Amino acid sequence: MSPLELDHSTGVATGDPMLPDWYTVERVRRENHDTFTLELRARDGETHFAFLPGQFNMLYVFGVGEAPISISGNPAATDRVVHTTRAVGTVTRAMWRFKRGDAIGVRGPFGTHWPVEQAEGRDLVLVTGGIGLAPLRPVIYHVLAHRQAYGRVVLLYGARTPDDLLYDEELLFPPQPLSIDVDVTVDRAVAGWRGRIGVVTSLISRAPIHPDNAVAMLCGPEVMMRFAVQALMTRGVPVDRIYVSLERNMKCGVGFCGHCQYGPAFICRDGPVFRFDAIERFFGVREI
Amino acid sequence: MTGLKADWASHPIFEGLAPDCIEIFARTAKVEEFEPRDLIFHEGEEADRFYLVLEGTVVIQIFVNERGPVNIETVGCGEVLGWSWLVEPYRWHFDAQATVPTKLIAFNARRVRESFESRPDFGFALMKRFLPVIVQRLQATRLQLLDVYDVPS
Repeated sequence: MSPLELDHSTGVATGDPMLPDWYTVERVRRENHDTFTLELRARDGETHFAFLPGQFNMLYVFGVGEAPISISGNPAATDRVVHTTRAVGTVTRAMWRFKRGDAIGVRGPFGTHWPVEQAEGRDLVLVTGGIGLAPLRPVIYHVLAHRQAYGRVVLLYGARTPDDLLYDEELLFPPQPLSIDVDVTVDRAVAGWRGRIGVVTSLISRAPIHPDNAVAMLCGPEVMMRFAVQALMTRGVPVDRIYVSLERNMKCGVGFCGHCQYGPAFICRDGPVFRFDAIERFFGVREI
Repeated sequence: MTGLKADWASHPIFEGLAPDCIEIFARTAKVEEFEPRDLIFHEGEEADRFYLVLEGTVVIQIFVNERGPVNIETVGCGEVLGWSWLVEPYRWHFDAQATVPTKLIAFNARRVRESFESRPDFGFALMKRFLPVIVQRLQATRLQLLDVYDVPS
């Protein structure tokens, strides 16, 4: 039995938030040279895991430590939990070495979610870079499953090089085109790359959306989001329809410990997804 | 509006220009088509044109000895290609090459520049439209330099 149950009306998990549940690694997929996807199943094989797009889990590598990782799977596939992350710290490097059958602790889901319901009836533009595509992938699954509920849906994705692109076969260059517009760019090209070169913000000015009826969801490095917000506002997307996902050093996941304080908010509890106008005055503050 | 003019006159770069200014462009506009790998302009040569991309993609390159051409950025459909024609000494700063079959509208930059002398208001209006393009490219280049996707471990 999972220690946490998701209240779908609020997106808040209930139960003992500090108690990890035991999951088993079902599959490890290497996405690129330092990024990988873990597919986890509850140890009892029966417990279903519900979450809302944009939420995260605290993943516990026994004997090593815990790390906050956004959930990147399909919200409709509750029989598994999927996380994509980069091997950049002690915990995630230990996860990189995981094999099928290994045990992992899961606490969650935590945090706020992307406003997929409020975006219904509108155009949707997802602006993301690098590993930032992972927390937005659940939005894409949701949109594809409810395609009629949205207008034009545009995914603008930037990566460092073509080798760093995530989910290229599934989302970026699928064999069968998806019912959304996808525009991909890389900062540095390599021989053989025939796609766009340049930063992801340069894609915004030509994105096929109606800005005054669009909702924007941004996830990636903060400096990328800073310039993306400017470009979106220049296009005419209202500031109260721009959402960003922030990342800080989250520890407890429930706003107790204070590690992820961001002005008056705790990112683990009040975020990671924020409406931009709610945090705009802190966004440019240094050392916050 | 018909024909070639309809392809470019509604572009934001021309928005709000007086009809006689639009005519200056109209007199010099022509369609140019390029195959993949065709060079559109070459660093150091006279910047006597500028373009709007109608179809296709153009890659901006710098040639580096012992490395060959290094791709810096791409310019795609609906975007402006070329600003060196506005800045002395009016020489291209980069190479530009088509990556796919590409259709451009080329404007005669020399004639447009000459018209600035008799119509400073036209020159000012055009500068106000091209400066944001230059700033946007500069900002994009700075972001590229930041290497924002490199997460410290």
